[in-house]
Amino acid sequence: MVYAAVLMPLLPLLGFAILVTFGRRLGEPVSGWIGTAAIGGSFLAAIVTLTGLLGLDRESRSVVQHLFPWIQAGGFKVEAGLLIDPLSITMCLFITGISTLIHLYSVGYMHGERDFSKFFVYLNLFVASMLILVLSSNLLVTFVGWEGVGVCSYWLVSFYFDRESAASAGKKAFTYNRIGDVGLLLAMFLVFKTVGSLDYETIFAHMSSFSVTIATLVALALLLAAAGKSAQIPLFNWLPDAMEGPTPVSALIHAATMVTAGVYLLCRMAPVLHAAPAARSTIELVGGLTAFVAATVATSQRDIKKVLAFSTVSQIGFMVLAVGAQAYIAAMFLMVTHAFYKALLFLGAGSVIHGLHDEQDIRHMGALRKVMPWTFGTFMIGWLAIAGVPPFAGFWAKGDVLANVWASNKLLWALGLFTALLTAYYMTRLFVVAFTGKPNYELEGPHGEPAIATPHESPWTMRLPLIILAVFAFGAGIFDLPWAHRDSMVGFLEPVFIHGHAFTEIHESTTLQIILAGADALVAVLGLALAFKLWRGGSERPELEPEFFVNVWHWDAAYDKVIGRPAQRLAAFAADVVDVKIIDGAVEGSAAGIGRFAQWLRGAQTGYVRHYALAIVAGLALLLAYLLVAVH
Amino acid sequence: MSIPGSFYLVLSAALFSIGAVGVLLRRNILVMFMCIELMLNAANLAFVTYSRLLGDIGGQSIVFFVLVVAAAEVVVGLGIVVAVFRRRSNAVADDLSSMRG
Amino acid sequence: MNVLLATNITITDAAVFTVAALGCLVGALGVVLARNTVHAALALVLTLFGIAVLFIEQEADFLAAVQVIVYAGAVVVLFLFVIMFLGVDRREEFGMEVLSAQRPVSAVLVAVVIGVLTTMMATAHWVTGAKHVAGATHGPFQNVNDLGRSVFTTYLFSFEVTAALLVIAVVGAVTLARRSGHATADGQLELDAFEPFPGGEARP
Repeated sequence: MVYAAVLMPLLPLLGFAILVTFGRRLGEPVSGWIGTAAIGGSFLAAIVTLTGLLGLDRESRSVVQHLFPWIQAGGFKVEAGLLIDPLSITMCLFITGISTLIHLYSVGYMHGERDFSKFFVYLNLFVASMLILVLSSNLLVTFVGWEGVGVCSYWLVSFYFDRESAASAGKKAFTYNRIGDVGLLLAMFLVFKTVGSLDYETIFAHMSSFSVTIATLVALALLLAAAGKSAQIPLFNWLPDAMEGPTPVSALIHAATMVTAGVYLLCRMAPVLHAAPAARSTIELVGGLTAFVAATVATSQRDIKKVLAFSTVSQIGFMVLAVGAQAYIAAMFLMVTHAFYKALLFLGAGSVIHGLHDEQDIRHMGALRKVMPWTFGTFMIGWLAIAGVPPFAGFWAKGDVLANVWASNKLLWALGLFTALLTAYYMTRLFVVAFTGKPNYELEGPHGEPAIATPHESPWTMRLPLIILAVFAFGAGIFDLPWAHRDSMVGFLEPVFIHGHAFTEIHESTTLQIILAGADALVAVLGLALAFKLWRGGSERPELEPEFFVNVWHWDAAYDKVIGRPAQRLAAFAADVVDVKIIDGAVEGSAAGIGRFAQWLRGAQTGYVRHYALAIVAGLALLLAYLLVAVH
Repeated sequence: MSIPGSFYLVLSAALFSIGAVGVLLRRNILVMFMCIELMLNAANLAFVTYSRLLGDIGGQSIVFFVLVVAAAEVVVGLGIVVAVFRRRSNAVADDLSSMRG
Repeated sequence: MNVLLATNITITDAAVFTVAALGCLVGALGVVLARNTVHAALALVLTLFGIAVLFIEQEADFLAAVQVIVYAGAVVVLFLFVIMFLGVDRREEFGMEVLSAQRPVSAVLVAVVIGVLTTMMATAHWVTGAKHVAGATHGPFQNVNDLGRSVFTTYLFSFEVTAALLVIAVVGAVTLARRSGHATADGQLELDAFEPFPGGEARP
């Protein structure tokens, strides 16, 4: 039953193949149903695989399914295979589950779009790539999936390609991703040089070949890759811009799945991280700083999707922070719960946008309770979950992370706690301004014209996923309650990390744990109260939205000044001077030179017979002279 | 023992050179032709000399053939000259310079 | 060849050689230097006669005879025909030279040629001592026999080819020199008007 795992990437690939060939002919909504069915089938396969895995003995839940030998070039052998263990199956479950819900949602959201079937083509391919990434048994096949999700992200972000901003955003996303890919490539090179194989099992069996330096380099390279894919400092700027894509894309790719790939990679390569303490500190630092910076920016954004985008960056920062503190299971737990409530929040935002006819500015929303009750209710659940209010899922997950960080680095714990406060604050601000208060949408429409009639609730295809996700956002805490670690997620995932010698148990006293949890809850409530007090009743408070935060700490401008402009100058130099003057000059110059030489040579063809006779005699004289000298 | 061959050979070389000078410096087509005949004769003389020196009749056979070929060449050459320079009062080689590069 | 100071040179041989050689040289210079083309042709005859005498001196009797008959008798006469036909009693222009380097360079080159040839002859060891290929040269009257035998056996193919060449040459010359025309009513050939440069203007 475990071997059903191969169906997981296969079914979406099949869906992709069918849709890419027949999609346009099938049209709306059949192509949507096919896409959803493919992912649904994938989810079922995941369940079957999980059952099979649970049937195995706890210590031996690591199965490799060999598919086919892929590359055999001398000493370099790579086979296409799947590694099915608790870590990969956890990822697969929530990926396929949430993807199915989002596919269903998209059938309603993308109604009436010109490129309806194309959307599902890309989505299916994306899910297939993500599953390949997660299930792969070696680094190279992971890289295949890695690139696959990158390119699908590019396609989906610039889905509305006739919009300049969307096309640019797609390019930006892809470029930042590629910079991170250099990290993954470097890590692969180093690993291959050290161990001679890219296979995970082989690498982990040979950890002794890794010196501290090599392990640190590999870990830092992986961090670079994760920073690119998961939008961490210094490569996070693409994620807010990626909101140009349709909202289901933001929900799936930029909340629940692709951006978690980086964290997954770090978790998978945990044994290597274990051997590199310096790298781990760097990872912690990067995660903590990113979480903080992104949270500050989120407090001042006015576009509903941008708030959620920066929130994603911040939450992933938490996950990376946990990874750095070697709390892999806490990071995974946060990843799973975050996937649920972030997807919920994005889909809810999509519902609002859809209902208000493409309005995305929160200052033009408000008083949506009576108009969109389902969206209102589910969004509220998502809000409370992310703010960390007990007993919602976020409280347990974030608490887990912070408890582990306390054990590792008190300073970062403090920063994390403050960031949690900010998280509660900005999410409450978002909820209060967008959903409560006075109805600002009746003042003006999205483009300045008089408002459109009545905003409406979304169709059932959009509401059902919201409800399901809300249930999970509320109750996902049950996967890993602190007093039931051994019987839940921790117990399930533990063997993966123990075998890699990467697991560090926290042995804090129960009292300390309760105190920390209490601090988390307090902070959440504080943030909530603060936001309520400040934002209730008014939607325009510019003094609370510092320009520095609105402009993302001027990060983009700084990149432009330091990297962008000089690169453009260099390119201009290369184009105008090197290419035109030097290279073209050399090529054309040599051609012209030959032409001139030929012209000069023409002078010998005078047309007079006697001159030619002179040339003959000259040749004769030379020949005779040569004979005289050479023969004697 | 008659005249040593070297005398004949020097004479042959001298005749050849004079013929060459003539070809290079005279402009009248017919005089150029005659100088070419001179050169051919110089070569014939050399052949005959070597035929005597080496005791090989092959040298004289060659002269035989050279004679024939020279005659044929003159025939054709003068035919061309006639064809090109008909009705013109002076046959100057420098007039035919249209095949220049 | 290194026997420049041979002992057995008779007076007759020396005298004949000297006269013939002188004749050749004078004739050659005459060809090159004569202003009048007819004078040049006559000078050529002198050279050819000189060469013929030298052939006899070298016991190549048949060739001497052929030289006189063919060369001096036919070729030079042909030359004279053409000279008369083209009407070359005008003087040649000796002033300008198109390529001003032509004269000095020619002088240098020819000097080089003479110098090298002479040096080679002086210093070379050409006598290889190889056996004769086509038969030895013997006394008088045998020369014709030997030559004939050589031409008609060893070099038969060349002989046939040159015969063919002669025919071709004659045909070619006739084709080149004739003027095209058409038949008139009473069976005569009316020649077309002559165009020295068909299709274009005559060059000066």
